[in-house]
Parts: sequence; structure tokens; C-alpha cells
Amino acid sequence: MGRFILSRLLQAIPVLLVVITATFFLVRTAPGGPFSAEKAVPPEVVKALEARYKLDQPMWQQYLSYLDDLVHGEFGPSFRYPGRSVNELILGGLPTTAELAFYAMLVAIFIGVCAGVMAALKPNTPQDYIPMSAAMLGICMPSFLMGPLLVLIFGIWFEWLPVSGWGDLPGDKILPAITLGTGYAAYIARLSRGGMLEVMSQDYIRTARAKGLPEWVVVLKHGLRGGLIPVVAFLGPAFAGLLSGSFVVETIFQIPGLGRFYVQAAFNRDYTMILGTTVFFAALIVLFNLLSDIIAVWINPKLRHQLREGR
Amino acid sequence: MALLTVTDLTTHFHTRAGVVKAVDGVSFSVGQGETLAIVGESGSGKSVACYSLLKLIPQPPGKIESGTALFDGRDLLSLSEKQLRKVRGNDIAIIFQDPMTSLNPYLTVGEQLIEPLLYHRDMDRKKALQRAVEILGEVGIVDPEKRIDSYPHEFSGGMRQRVMIAMALIAEPKLLICDEPTTALDVTIQAQILKLIRELQQRRNIAVIFITHDLAVVADIADSVAVMKEGRIVEQGSVDAIFNHTQHDYTKKLLASIPKGAKPIPARIENQPLLSIHGLTTTFRDHSGGFWQKEPKLVRAVDDVSLEIQHGEILGLVGESGSGKSTLGRSILGLVPTSGGSVVFDGVDLTKLSAKQMTPMRRRMQMIFQDPYASLNPRMTVFDTLAEPLLYHKLTTRKTVTKEVLALMDDVGLARASIRKYPHEFSGGQRQRIAVGRAIATKPELVIADEPVSALDVTIQAQILKLILELVDKHNLTMLFISHDLSVVRYMSDRIAVMHHGKLVETGETEPLFAQPHHDYTRRLLSAIPLLDGPTPAPAN
Repeated sequence: MGRFILSRLLQAIPVLLVVITATFFLVRTAPGGPFSAEKAVPPEVVKALEARYKLDQPMWQQYLSYLDDLVHGEFGPSFRYPGRSVNELILGGLPTTAELAFYAMLVAIFIGVCAGVMAALKPNTPQDYIPMSAAMLGICMPSFLMGPLLVLIFGIWFEWLPVSGWGDLPGDKILPAITLGTGYAAYIARLSRGGMLEVMSQDYIRTARAKGLPEWVVVLKHGLRGGLIPVVAFLGPAFAGLLSGSFVVETIFQIPGLGRFYVQAAFNRDYTMILGTTVFFAALIVLFNLLSDIIAVWINPKLRHQLREGR
Repeated sequence: MALLTVTDLTTHFHTRAGVVKAVDGVSFSVGQGETLAIVGESGSGKSVACYSLLKLIPQPPGKIESGTALFDGRDLLSLSEKQLRKVRGNDIAIIFQDPMTSLNPYLTVGEQLIEPLLYHRDMDRKKALQRAVEILGEVGIVDPEKRIDSYPHEFSGGMRQRVMIAMALIAEPKLLICDEPTTALDVTIQAQILKLIRELQQRRNIAVIFITHDLAVVADIADSVAVMKEGRIVEQGSVDAIFNHTQHDYTKKLLASIPKGAKPIPARIENQPLLSIHGLTTTFRDHSGGFWQKEPKLVRAVDDVSLEIQHGEILGLVGESGSGKSTLGRSILGLVPTSGGSVVFDGVDLTKLSAKQMTPMRRRMQMIFQDPYASLNPRMTVFDTLAEPLLYHKLTTRKTVTKEVLALMDDVGLARASIRKYPHEFSGGQRQRIAVGRAIATKPELVIADEPVSALDVTIQAQILKLILELVDKHNLTMLFISHDLSVVRYMSDRIAVMHHGKLVETGETEPLFAQPHHDYTRRLLSAIPLLDGPTPAPAN
């Protein structure tokens, strides 16, 4: 197991290096820069600023010194928020975004697994078609449509829930979590349907029935564990996706999370901020993929066995 | 009075292609302490009939159309799902065919064993686990206290089937249904499992329904026999009546297709070796020592084997799975890297050839694989499959290839009209014909047949064996015939080599070897074959 984790972490290094390099040069080739504003700034000021942020150096030198900073865990100073480092900004926004992503994940797993299992138990009947059509709709509907729709229905027409904010009013976390979670719920529903369908046709399910077990034991104890393996493999990437994809929802609901900083940084050409957030998200995606692989091994005794044998 | 009386049971499958009458008016009965064997080929409806009793068939498309099944005074077929659940695993238990897939890979063996006790007996977990340990010991699992927390994949096939048996018996059922419990197992293990079932039955005085396609197995264990074909029982009676006073033609055919008896040494054999192997060794790295083990152990799958095959000879290679017989076959063809010794084919040492020099040799040596389902490419038609080796080895041109392929299809008994069909459109026997055709397409001199019939029904098996023998004669082939089935090997081979743990323990001409085995292991193998005429040893000619 230790060797498996180590080798996966080592594999992550070239991946991250490619991400860093590509982002570094891409943001710098985009037109405009952090200090180009509509109002003309005196050239001496621009020069002074560029010198302060090392922008006057050749590109490769900037690149190397950025890598050096990264190795020391420094994302550098923000270009647009003077006096604050990218590290501070990320750490400031992360807890909110992580909380949002966590709730969205709960919504996604609960709705997704329930719908998928329900559909798989009676394939090709209305019990299958209805949740699966809803899932298709959920996948198709972008969150910038889903969010305002939910706000309209539950916030404005029924006045059940607050329309925006985060942690200010009771229940204001519900709509953002649902908006962010439904898309992933739909994916999970389809994955768990597929997984369960396959498992429920296995010989060992027939064995369980032949033992006279109640149907719910057959499904929940014998079926679910194998049926959810594809879902577990998806959870890691999904959580990383929730974290990095939350900016639309954060913008709709006025949530002070990391996602909004990210979008603003792109508009502002805040080089260090864009780079820092991208690298941070890339690292998260790698990490969560690894985590979900470890969980997949942990729930599957056969894989556990194979790994121990070093195959 | 009989424990179970089934009358006029009819189960149909309503598929898009129409109604399949899987079970069509079947009646049988079995009493306490008795064993009823239901015999038939796959697709004859024998399993569906038994699963119907407990409604374990997939519904839909399956539907039990009519019939009654009186068990202990109650009609199983009219019970509600809830009442039936109390019968399943409690009064009637089933041992399924394939122990590899019938146990849940995600739960420990102990957890699966105690379930019938938890749900039928309301026993607490601790007591149930104790009982599970006892019964695991009873079915012959060594160290049951430790093994109870193992997962199914940590057991061998035979051991898993023991676990299945323990699971079926743990709630003390009155009727045990065994669905081909030994088909997926080696012959020596098969004998052990059959013995175990018989002993347990006698000790508990329960009724057993034994479903099998193998009449030879039946002779050993059954009191009465029902022969099924196409959903109907064609003949039913005591073992003696079925074997000695056979009425129905189909039963006669089944009996006749069990390979048995001797044959004279054919004239095709020339006393000149085509293939000679000296000290051949093939090793694998074994990682089972675990993660922390520094150097993987070397396993000698083939260990210093020397043998010769004469021109025109069929050499049978027998041994249990894991004895290295398949690896030997593959080593000869260079399909696995060898680590020592020489393989001399027609004067050329194959182990010294480069990959490029090997190509023309490959044409002269071909292999028939075990599983006709897995070894044919599902996306290639018969034509593609048969034409590929012909074109690759430049034995024919694009213009004449169709003619060659058709001739080949005639050779192996495939209808010419099916030339554009894909493998899934054929039955198992026909697929093995395609595989045989592919192997002889290049006009090879040596053919290695690795368990070519072990995935087939017994009547189909007989047809394929006959086909192979005809082709050997017609094309003047030399053959290494690998099988774990001694009766098949006896039918096919001129000479037999016995392998055990990677070593050749005995070689000899077929009949003398069957009559007087020298090595202990050979004797053990021979005594494990279920015989038609009961437990007496094989008659020598």
C-alpha cells in the first residue's frame, strides 16, 4: 500500500509541472496585464511596479523564480490586492468553498445513489425511466440556469428559503448546495444504476436469495458494496470538480468563496493569483483521485489482496 | 410418502424472440434420505426446473405457467414471496455450480455462512459464528477458526465449493439441491466433493436432488435418475434401470458418448521423434509472500521435463490444474519464456531461435485453446478468423483464399453458408470447430490441444474428439493433447504423460498405464475417476 501511494504521488509531480508551465506561459501571452488600466498610468510608475513584481526580468527567469517559490510553498504576492499574498487569499476562501462542496457532495450522493438503486431494481419500468430521465435533465441543465430557477421557485414564489448569502440567515446554505450538487447527483445516479444492474445479475445475488434473505438485505448488504464501486471511483474527481467548479454558484448566491476569487483573478490578469489557484486546484484533483483509488481498494478485498501481492 | 412431489411443472421464458418452453410438464419426486439425479445437457431445463421450485428464476422473462410442487404437505408454487423466503435456505438449500462466482467477493466467508442462521433461526451472531466454525470443520476446511474471516478469493475452487456446501447445510435443510456442484472442479477434487455430499446426506438423512450432465457421476451417488431433454423428462427410473435396461434413444446416446474403453495403436505412428524436449524448465515469480518480501520466490511451473513425441503420435498430457501442463504446452510454442532446457522440433532447437526465425516455425506448430468463447475474436467472422493465418503465412493469395477457407470449413464440419457469421452466432461445439479449423489452417505438423473439450457438453465433446481424431489421420498430424479428464485422454491418446507439480512423474502407453500405474500420484488420479460401473477399479482391456 505504501509503495502504491508513494508511486502515485511521484507520478503527480510531472502532471503538476505541466499544469504550472502551461498556465504560467498562457496567462502571460493573454493580451493586457495586471497594471494595464483604462486610466493612463505614468510610465515610471509602471516601471516601478514591474520591477517590484519582477515583471521586468526575462520570462524564463520569472518562471524559474516562480518554481523556486513554489518549492518553498509560496504562491507569491497578489498583483491586485497589494500587501496580501496568494496563500492568504486561498486560505481565506477555501473553508467556505470546501463547506459548500461538502454539502453539495452529500446532496449528490444521497439523491444519486437512491435514484440509481431504485432504477436498477426494476430496470426498464417507470421506476427506472423516471429517475433516469430526471438524471439526464440534471446533467443537461447548467448551474447558471438551475440556480436562478431554484431561487425563483423556493426563494421568491414560496418564500421558503433565502435567495442569497452564506451563513447569514438560517437555511441559506440549502439552495447553493442543491444547485451545485444536482449535476453530480445525476452522474452518480447513472453510475450507481449501471453498477447495481451488473451486480444484481451476479451469481452471488442468487445465492443470497437462495438463502432466504429478505430482499432489502440482498440489495443493501450483498448488492450495494459491489454496485457502488464505480461511484466511489468517481467521488474523488467529483469532489475536486465541486471545489473548482463552484464559482458559478458562488457568484449567483453571493458566496465569498475561492471560486469567485479565481474568476476575478482571470479578469484582472492577476498572474500570481490565477497561477496559485490553478496549481492549488490541480493538486487537489490529483489528491482526491488518489484518495478515491485508496477507498476503492479498501472496499474491494480482491484488490486489497492483489495490491499486497505487489501485482 | 415422498418429501417433494412435483407434478406437471411448466416454466416458460417470454422473450422477444418468442416463448421458450424451458420446462414443459415435468413430474418427479424425491423422498427423505433419497438422491434423485436429474441428467441432461445444458439447456435441457434441469436447472430451471429446480430453481422454479423456489422461484429463483429471473421473473420476467421467466414465468411458472402451471404445476404443483408438494413439499412437506404444502404447495411451494402457491406460496407467497414471504412464506417462500422461510423455505429458501431453511427447508430447501441449493449448492450452485460455480463456486467462483456464487460467493459474494466483498463479504467474509463467516459473514455469508451465518446469514441463514441469523434470518431463519434468530440466532445471535456469536453463537452463529461458533456454529459456522463447526460446520466449516465438518466439510473439511482446515483451521476453520482462522479461515472464517477470510474472503472467498483466498480459497481454492474446491475449498470454495466446500464453503458453499457448509452454507447450504448450516440451517439443517430437509432437501438439498446440488446444481452441477463438481463441473467446475478438477477430477480429484470432484471425487472428494461427491464423497463429502454423500457422507453428509447419510449422516443427516436428507433428500438430495443432484443436477448434472455427467452420467458417470450419477452412477456413483443416485438412487433414481430422471433424464431431461428439451424441457421434458424422457426417461425416469432407478439407476439400475437407466444404466442396464435403457429404454429411450436419447439416454442411450448419452451413455454411449461417455468416452471409455481402449483402442489399438494406429499405423500412422512413425518411430521417429518430431519433437523432443530435454530438461525444459519454466519459472514464474511468485509474489504471494506479500508486500514486504524482498525477493519474490521462483516457482518452477515446468521443472526439468524431458519427453519425445513421435511423428503421427497423440501424446496425452494429464494432471490437475496447477500441475504445469498448460505451461508446458505454451513453453513448447515459445508463448512463455523458458528458463532452461531445449525444445527440438524437427531437428531445430526452438529455444535458440530469434523471434523472426520463429515465425516460419509457428506455421508448423499450432494450438487449440480451451475456451471456444474466449479464444475467438468476437469481431471477426469465421472467414476472417480462418483466412488470417493463411494470408499471414502466405499460404494462399487473396484470390484463392475463399476457396481455401471453404475447404477448411468442410474439413471441420461447419456449414458453408455460415462463412460470414460471427462467433456469438454459433454454439459452443461449433465454435470449437472454428478454433480447430483455425489451428489446422496452416497445415501444421504439430498441434497442441489444451483442454479442447472441457468447456463442452458430453455429446458435443464426443463429436469434437471424433473430429480431432479424423483430422489427425487425414492431415497426418502429431498432437500433444492436454486434459485433466482421464477418460477423454484415454480415448484420444496413444501414449500418456502424467504431470504433477511441474514434474513428469510417469509416461507410458495408454492401456498399460491405465492397467498398471507405477507412480503413486497416477494411481491416485485413476482412482478418482467416477466410473459408470460403480466404484470398482477400471477393467484392464
